Amino acid sequence: MNTLLSHAVKKTTKIKKTALFLSTALLMSTSAFTQAQDLDIKVTNLTQGIHFTPILIAAHDGDTQLFKSGEMASSQLQMMAEGGDISGLSTMLTSADKAENPAMGLLAPTMSAETMLSTTDGNMYLSVVAMMLPTNDGFIGLNSWIIPTEAGTYSFTINAYDAGTEANDEIITGGGAPGVAGIPAAPGMNAGTGGTGVTMTEDNAYVHIHRGSLGDDDLAGGKSDLDNTVHRWLNPVARITVTVN
Amino acid sequence: MIYINKKLAFTALATLMLSACGGSSSNSKAMVVEVPAPEPMFTYTYQVTVTNLTYAQPMSPVALILHNEGQLWTIGEMASVALENLAESGDNSAVLAESIVLSGQSGAGLLLPGMSEMVDVSYTVADINNAPMMLSLATMLVNTNDAFTGINAFAVNNLVVGESISFTTSSYDSGTEKNSELMTTIPGPASGGTGEGFNAERDDIDKVAMHSGIVSVDDGLTVSALTQAHRFDNPTLAILITRTE
Repeated sequence: MNTLLSHAVKKTTKIKKTALFLSTALLMSTSAFTQAQDLDIKVTNLTQGIHFTPILIAAHDGDTQLFKSGEMASSQLQMMAEGGDISGLSTMLTSADKAENPAMGLLAPTMSAETMLSTTDGNMYLSVVAMMLPTNDGFIGLNSWIIPTEAGTYSFTINAYDAGTEANDEIITGGGAPGVAGIPAAPGMNAGTGGTGVTMTEDNAYVHIHRGSLGDDDLAGGKSDLDNTVHRWLNPVARITVTVN
Repeated sequence: MIYINKKLAFTALATLMLSACGGSSSNSKAMVVEVPAPEPMFTYTYQVTVTNLTYAQPMSPVALILHNEGQLWTIGEMASVALENLAESGDNSAVLAESIVLSGQSGAGLLLPGMSEMVDVSYTVADINNAPMMLSLATMLVNTNDAFTGINAFAVNNLVVGESISFTTSSYDSGTEKNSELMTTIPGPASGGTGEGFNAERDDIDKVAMHSGIVSVDDGLTVSALTQAHRFDNPTLAILITRTE
């Protein structure tokens, strides 16, 4: 929060420099008292028809962000959002405490994955990402949730984002490499073929809340390879439950 | 709040006066028949205001219950037959008859879009340690196959008399009936009430998930009996819970 605040302040005017200094000072003083923590973290897929690819969970400092709404995706985020590959983001996280792939593969609809995470001093923010299949570049996202210092169980829901890096053509081509069009796979095995493409452009290149998939009712053609009664969703798409021990 | 305090003060005064009377009558011993003092009873009453936030999804009569254990649904688990009944047909009687129910109350009738309703539920105990802990509410979005919304095992034991809490609810899919949107499967006004309600067959994923929304004939599901008007987004209900006693 402090980081976001100071970031926003940084973007505005010189007049706010005092505020920036104050919030940075506050951040540093808070960090100084932040203890290492033992967390139990559960991610629940709330959707009825969307799988999550390997999940990346990270506790990190205030200078690190896996993604940010309104900013362009990093190439590492693009790898995750288009192909489910979290290795780039993981490599980027040098000082963070990480839990990678707690579901040991795909997290099916309505299922949960649990992991433990021990955080080191100063890693007081929690972020979570995972690609949503079948989508072109949709992902579940939690950005820099402040980990409470008080022991207890905290539960909240998160939304679906679009990385803004690939046109949502909704055609299942197997294309999961960054910059390659198409959806890598529909793990539920309930998608169609022969779609002509919902759209061929991605005009919003910034990370944004996903507008949802369209799908159609023609599994052998139509615009989309997705089934409109199966592969749509409404937010929220995941529940995060954090127990601070 | 002030009103309730006055009421309390009045009650206290009345009690004082009654005990004063009792004191005077006890002077004439011949008149007194020894009656064991009745056990003190404690009544907990919660007034729940439910507002339908949708455009064209009437809500079936709400089921409002107080309970100390269990929950009406769990993401990723099979819906109970009682919940299946409510979610497919709008019939709340089986939910109200669930074994966990300490006290249950039905809404007066269909809750139409934009409308609000107040429903009270009370439970009386002799031992304050048996006070009801949780409140749940469920209602069907009747122009759907098996969508429902509500409150699941919300802890009310910390609410003091006069205190309120408000929030909004998301919608769930009971997973017991495929979202075909066919005229023959929608029990609400969209089918003129001709569609089937409860059917014991479970032809969907048979796990409770969040609802992905309806598609409608206007958005690509040719066989749908639903129109653009029946689409909904989260949240679908606004809830205000006030402990009144």
